[in-house]
Amino acid sequence: MDLSAISPALLLASLMVAATPILIAGIGELVVERAGVLNLGVEGMMITGAICGFAITIETGSPAVGFVAAAVGGALLSLLFAILTQFALANQVASGLALTLFGLGLSSLLGQEYVGLKPAQTPDLHIPLLSDLPFLGTVLFSHDVMVYFGLALVAAVWAVLKYTRVGLVLRAVGENHDAAHALGYKVVRIRVLAIMFGGACAGLGGAYISLIRVPQWTEGMTAGAGWIALALVVFASWKPWRVLLGAYLFGGVTVLQLNLQAAGLAIPVEYLSMSPYLITILVLVIMSADRSRAPGSLGRVFHASG
Amino acid sequence: MTITKLLAGAALALGLATSAVAQDKTKVGFVYVGPVGDGGWTYEHDQGRLAVEAHFGDKVETTYVENVPEGADAERVMTQMALQGANLIFTTSFGYMDPTINVAKKFPNVKFEHATGYKTAENVGVYSARFYEGRAIQGTIAGHMTQSNVIGYIASFPIPEVIRGINSAYIHAKKVNPDVQFKIVWAYTWFDPAKEADAAKVLIEQGADVILQHTDSKAPQAAAQAAGNVYTFGQASDMAEFSPMPRISSIIDNWAPYYIARTQAVMDGTWESDNTWDGIGPGMVGIGEITDVVPAEVKAEALALKDAIAKGEYHPFTGPLNKQDGSPWLADGETADDGTLAGMNFYVEGIEGEIPQ
Repeated sequence: MDLSAISPALLLASLMVAATPILIAGIGELVVERAGVLNLGVEGMMITGAICGFAITIETGSPAVGFVAAAVGGALLSLLFAILTQFALANQVASGLALTLFGLGLSSLLGQEYVGLKPAQTPDLHIPLLSDLPFLGTVLFSHDVMVYFGLALVAAVWAVLKYTRVGLVLRAVGENHDAAHALGYKVVRIRVLAIMFGGACAGLGGAYISLIRVPQWTEGMTAGAGWIALALVVFASWKPWRVLLGAYLFGGVTVLQLNLQAAGLAIPVEYLSMSPYLITILVLVIMSADRSRAPGSLGRVFHASG
Repeated sequence: MTITKLLAGAALALGLATSAVAQDKTKVGFVYVGPVGDGGWTYEHDQGRLAVEAHFGDKVETTYVENVPEGADAERVMTQMALQGANLIFTTSFGYMDPTINVAKKFPNVKFEHATGYKTAENVGVYSARFYEGRAIQGTIAGHMTQSNVIGYIASFPIPEVIRGINSAYIHAKKVNPDVQFKIVWAYTWFDPAKEADAAKVLIEQGADVILQHTDSKAPQAAAQAAGNVYTFGQASDMAEFSPMPRISSIIDNWAPYYIARTQAVMDGTWESDNTWDGIGPGMVGIGEITDVVPAEVKAEALALKDAIAKGEYHPFTGPLNKQDGSPWLADGETADDGTLAGMNFYVEGIEGEIPQ
């Protein structure tokens, strides 16, 4: 065993990269669920975002445009879910699963022409002085812009939900849609917007995988990240900062266990492999021992006549 | 005419029609573990399927299901294929072994071919490629190319096929570079580009400058490219878009001739359960172009090794070889028998770490 081979700075830096896709997708799903909608289609929206972002980056040569396209692609796909569940009043669980299957199929169709291509690189930011700091510079200040975007998004969602009128209305809709409706809020409109926000975030998360983390297009490349993001939201008790904690824990332990394996640590590999899931669930479950609970109207169908 | 008679007549007509179709068309099904577009393992199996279609034209009808998880789900997919009238079903991943045997029991008239496994039955044959022959050539090149003397290996599952590959690559890297060290990471997946990329990055961070992979996607190639001075090899497929750097050669699976031959056997009614294990010689394992990044003398040495293996003059597991714990395995000049290789569950001497059990 040679633990000295593991560089803590590089480990912490790659932790942030590994956590970013599930963080962005998770925070989007958190908003959707706080509005009372359960969208199980995160995986489908992520993979659609991954191919939309990838294709547009190839066509335009600009990762920035690619990320915008990924957000649009994810949001458009989620609109399908919104129409099914908010207007046709379809079952949310079934519609969400269908969305995942549809997204996987659609993305492989869209991706036919893009197998084996290389996207334009997204540059890492170099912040004068800060990036040159020993240790902290590598860990915190030399990432691509999406890593910071993810952090900013968590802060923004937290602040909006907690301190603004928009956040209050959104939570009211999620807690009790009948009461919100009686107060004159447009339940369906608010939910559709929340669903599209969630779709856009999932799309960005997916594009992060295809444009920065891997970077290439391969069918089915999100390989379950959407489900992890979904689970994170639940275990984080629908609280933004806990999603951040969960994502970093998951990303961190994932990278750490690979590092420990490569360094030849004498812990059986099976335990190392299951450790990201185990530790993340454990920590978040212990934290959710307070009285936090799911939004009251989560997953329930709303119709104004009700 | 009563409705019952009408229905019976219709059913009979339908039955005749379907059996007529079944007679002039041989239906061949394929079960894939990853997506066809993985650019690696599943991609090459699908190339084999397309070759069957091209070869037989209207006489065959092929179907495939991709992304089938190893386990109970696989059984469902195979049953479905058999019920839809498949005459021959190729199940193309190690984890389909027991599902294949189970489903084959229920459909004695359907022929099954399971890749990389070892359980056969009256109507189940197994086939595999001797990837370890290719690994010997990879190991030779890798041993010469590494500057840091650290070779990273992204392993998938601790099954004999993967362990054989690790051993074969190690033996031949060690032969040309006694200081070489292998760092092995078990990804516990055949296909997860993000995880494979992470594994590659971790190995590179820990000093590896050659990365071998036994997972199916091209993500490790991209990670190596981003790192710069790291070498890789195409896995299962040529992955030529990453040459000349980082991909300096590749092991290519060529299933087409086997798939065509077995389909022909089903058509002729001569199909029998078999245990085919072909390597470089018969062409089931191909070595992709060795790029100019590799020095000419190393390339020549690798090609000479390839020829020797192809002609059967050299076996990659030739003694003297010890097991990891130091106990003797093969005496000087002795070669490993296929039975030991098929069930290989130990590292050879010099590899660090334990195989997950």
